[in-house]
Amino acid sequence: MQKTHWLDEPRHVKLLWRLFLGALVLIVAIGALLPLHPYFGIEAVFGFYSWFGFVACAAMIVVAKGFALLLKRPDTYYRERDD
Amino acid sequence: MTDSVLHPGLVLIAGALVLPWLRGHLRTAAVLLLPLLALSLVWQVDGAVWQVRFLDYTLTPLQGDKLSRLFATVFALMAAGGGWFALRQKSRVELPAAFVYAGSAIGVALAGDLVTMFVFWELMVVGSTLVLWSNGSGKSYRASLRYLMIHLLGGMILFAGITGHIAQTGSVDFTRIALDSPAQWLILIGFLVNAGAPPLSAWLPDAYPEASWSGAVFLSAFTTKAAVYVLMRGFPGTELLIWIGLLMVFYGIVYALLENDMRRILAYSIVNQVGFMVAGIGIGTEMALNGAAAHAFTHIIYKALLLMSAGSVLYMTQRRKCSELGGLFHSMPVSTICGIIGALAISSFPLTSGFVSKSMISQAAADGHLLTVWLLLTAGSAGVFLHAGIKFPWFVFFQKDSGLRPSDPPASMRWAMIFFAFLCIAIGIWAEPLYALLPYAVTYVPYTWAHVVTQLQLLLFSGLAFFALLPYLQRTLTITLDTDWVWRKVLRAVATLIARIMGAVQAMIRRGAQRASSSVLTLVDSQYGVDSSFARTWSIRGMALWVLVLLLCYLLLYYT
Repeated sequence: MQKTHWLDEPRHVKLLWRLFLGALVLIVAIGALLPLHPYFGIEAVFGFYSWFGFVACAAMIVVAKGFALLLKRPDTYYRERDD
Repeated sequence: MTDSVLHPGLVLIAGALVLPWLRGHLRTAAVLLLPLLALSLVWQVDGAVWQVRFLDYTLTPLQGDKLSRLFATVFALMAAGGGWFALRQKSRVELPAAFVYAGSAIGVALAGDLVTMFVFWELMVVGSTLVLWSNGSGKSYRASLRYLMIHLLGGMILFAGITGHIAQTGSVDFTRIALDSPAQWLILIGFLVNAGAPPLSAWLPDAYPEASWSGAVFLSAFTTKAAVYVLMRGFPGTELLIWIGLLMVFYGIVYALLENDMRRILAYSIVNQVGFMVAGIGIGTEMALNGAAAHAFTHIIYKALLLMSAGSVLYMTQRRKCSELGGLFHSMPVSTICGIIGALAISSFPLTSGFVSKSMISQAAADGHLLTVWLLLTAGSAGVFLHAGIKFPWFVFFQKDSGLRPSDPPASMRWAMIFFAFLCIAIGIWAEPLYALLPYAVTYVPYTWAHVVTQLQLLLFSGLAFFALLPYLQRTLTITLDTDWVWRKVLRAVATLIARIMGAVQAMIRRGAQRASSSVLTLVDSQYGVDSSFARTWSIRGMALWVLVLLLCYLLLYYT
């Protein structure tokens, strides 16, 4: 039997999740406190980069899923023999 | 002008021709030293070094300025790192082909005129096709033919453009090209085909993942970045390029998100990254061009690193689908860490090379008050983390445990990865040497609190989006149709249809001819056949009588 890795234990994964969420809160807080020299008005909106990053990614996943509805095929579609 | 300077590209190409006959340590030494020799030669090229008369033109096959030296430098560096990684490659063709490929890419970067540029441009096609071909499987052979087909088409378009341009302007100089007639448009299209711009973009994700574990590392570096170089030299500030670039950014992301093949994810992400560079060239300010050039430099290194990491996985497991991988961090720590460093660099994480290069392009958009462009570039940056920065390492090295426990790859592969991972971080921490190589003076300061914090916000929340929406990203045994569908299915169907129509026409003509010939034969047969009137047997008496009649008639006619 292989020895289990530190990352295999659920409680460590949970710890990483907590650290990650903590980092999210922290970085938004720092962003709110620091002067960020915005170039555009929209940058001055609270936590702009945070919500914009999240929304942009969610939108891209939705668009990708939309494309998938039309364009997804089994990976044997081109039926190439590997000879 | 000194004629004594050797051409670094030709040195590499000449070396490639000797390479197949070398064995053991001699081969290793040649593989590592040839690119370094080329690199040292690149730095002796300043101004027009070689000039020759050809037909009515003065060609400048070897010319260097800051921009061309920057690209030639990273091409040589890439040949060294890729060669190191590929030392264990059993194919006797791949490494020499890769060196021809790298040498001709250097040739493109150092070409002072359009004719020389075109010659090296086409030589790159030969080298890269051989790299693909040398993988030896039927699949890679067919992919290499499709690859070749698209590049020959692109080459033809480019050739038509260049000849038209030379005929119009009377000059072969490779300088800025104004888009004022179809010839210049053809040149632009020819360049964009190699950059991986839609609609022909599918050649890239179709072909690159079919190369060997080491071949894909070379392929990722030269063709698209040589195209970035020529676009930067020929078409800086062409607004259309901003939109083409942004299209490439999002096309790359969407397709990479849906992809299951680990190296095809990275192939789509090449298109995505080149999109940032093309957009930068379109913006065209000094800041934007510096950003595009710097990004090409750092991109070659971290993309090669990512493909080395994927190549190591392929080498050790013979598997390439995300759905069959996972949990490899247990037994491949070096590949995992190097893959993560490459992934952080492509995502422009602070302290990696991507952070100090890509941000200049966004900065240029902000300086130019291009709000839409800037928003799209920012969304694209978030998407890079999503499709390459997390997706690649997550699905290959983590996610569900596949139960595979391959060890890290052999030393040559490990050290090549470590070397490139080191470069990714070193450039990220100490950007000045890279900035000093850029075509224009750099006033940009990457490490400000505002930049670090906003970038971390963007990336960390993209990460949150990835894990929050992970159920929608689970890999399935599917592909997503791309434009190669047009030439693999539609054009193939058209070709089959044409062949069928031609066959039918041929059969019709054959049948018609047969019918005509048989009716002629029947006619002949009816007149001259066995029982026909001409072949009837006549009695001797009858014959004698008719001869008598004829002679009498003759006699009568004679005397009248």
